[in-house]
Amino acid sequence: VRGLLAPAVVILAVFAAALGSLFRLSVLEFVPGSLQTGGLTFANFRAVLAPQYLEAIRDTVVLSGATTALTLVGAYPVAYALARTPSRGVRSALLVLTLAPFFTGAIVRTYAWVLVLGNTVISWPLPMLFTERGVLVGLVHFSMPTMILILAAALSHIDPAYERAAASLGARPARVFWRVTLPLSMPGVVSGSLIVFAWTLSAFPTPELLGGGKVKMIANVVKDLALDSFNWPGAAAFAILTFALTLGLLAGLGRLAAGRAR
Amino acid sequence: VIRRLVVLALVAFMTLPTAVVIAVSFNPTAILSFPPAGLSLHWYVNVLTYPQFQRAAVNSLVVTGFAVVIALPVGTLAALGLERGPGRGRELWAALLLSPVVVPGVAAGLGFLILAAALGLLRSRVVLIAAHVALVLPFVLRSVWVSVRNLDPTVERAAASLGASPWRVFRRVTLPLLRPGLFAAVLFAIVVSINEFVVSLFISTRVTEILPVAMFTYVVNYTDPTIAALSTLFIAVTFAAVWLADRYLELGRLFLHHR
Repeated sequence: VRGLLAPAVVILAVFAAALGSLFRLSVLEFVPGSLQTGGLTFANFRAVLAPQYLEAIRDTVVLSGATTALTLVGAYPVAYALARTPSRGVRSALLVLTLAPFFTGAIVRTYAWVLVLGNTVISWPLPMLFTERGVLVGLVHFSMPTMILILAAALSHIDPAYERAAASLGARPARVFWRVTLPLSMPGVVSGSLIVFAWTLSAFPTPELLGGGKVKMIANVVKDLALDSFNWPGAAAFAILTFALTLGLLAGLGRLAAGRAR
Repeated sequence: VIRRLVVLALVAFMTLPTAVVIAVSFNPTAILSFPPAGLSLHWYVNVLTYPQFQRAAVNSLVVTGFAVVIALPVGTLAALGLERGPGRGRELWAALLLSPVVVPGVAAGLGFLILAAALGLLRSRVVLIAAHVALVLPFVLRSVWVSVRNLDPTVERAAASLGASPWRVFRRVTLPLLRPGLFAAVLFAIVVSINEFVVSLFISTRVTEILPVAMFTYVVNYTDPTIAALSTLFIAVTFAAVWLADRYLELGRLFLHHR
């Protein structure tokens, strides 16, 4: 019966081959002006530490952290409404409205923010397009559906009787939230935050279009190096850095989940 | 009441960009203005007559078509193999087969670009299709697996004991019972593939590029509302798909737990 996996394993092998060639190139010497490579070297990984790249890495981490925090605060009320509404119509409407942007592609969504942030509809008191503020708004919008779904799933597992019990014992709504609902929903909060943070670390279309070349995250540096400077080995080293960061975070998530299951 | 207002404001934040895109797409002038000065289908005509979009639309259909046609049977077999196979190692195989989802797009895209260059396939669609199959497969596997898990093997055994050949059991019993999972798999696969951008950007040329890549190039170079019109068409199709899925699959049941 395991043989049924064979075709899927072939496709996985092609994917692994692509990642393998990425790793191979990252340790080969870059010959400027050519796609040929020289001998073994770690220079590509040392180059990552150049000041302008360190700035991109710092911006990436700061923007990802801010995105995670804002998304969490914004997604919680919607997720709560989604998990607790008694009406099937409201639930469907909320699901379709929050999920539809999830299904519209990155380009459509980002272009929409170019219009909104570009002073055509609303006159912003501060410049938004091509600034980190604008990129942040786009990233939060991008992460909301994922966070809403994860939080709603976690909240729908909590028996409302706990909240009613706390309220009937005299706890005010705010106290019920902080002492009962929030602690019980922590698994969703933690996994949602880690997933959003990991995804934002490798965000590409949002900073590319809303940053307009002035705000660079790691993925934008990879694209510049690979497609504009044709420095594939250097780009490969950067891509592996993103990959390692993402894997590290997801491994942390896996350990947390395993710890809870025990 | 305050809680309801907060939820409404957040839903407005989620839908604001979509609303603006739709409004701008009917704008008669090239300079973006809001509210629009009138109604015009000019940008829709532009979308349909711009040669690069026509070419990209054909490429999108070809790439997504191949990706779905290849990934659906492969993913279905893998789901059956995982669920019916021995329990030992199942978790590991599942994790491996689902792993492409966690690889950042730029890493996968650059990897496929380097691989394509090494194989001399930079100008061909083969690598683009292979990449789409790999990216779509985890979604297919996951959707079908849910249905396989809910399928009671005794029904199949009953058919077999009544004399049906294995192929007939598969055609007449297994496949019909898997239909909801297969439908969800096709929907996910189409949505993921038709919107895939980052990996495709790395491995396509002007000749092979798919719609999202062509749209990206257009947005970078021009500022007129043509992309708003094309985006509106995308949004309309997506909303219809999500609405249909909610109607027939009750999306809520996929994501929420109900007592």
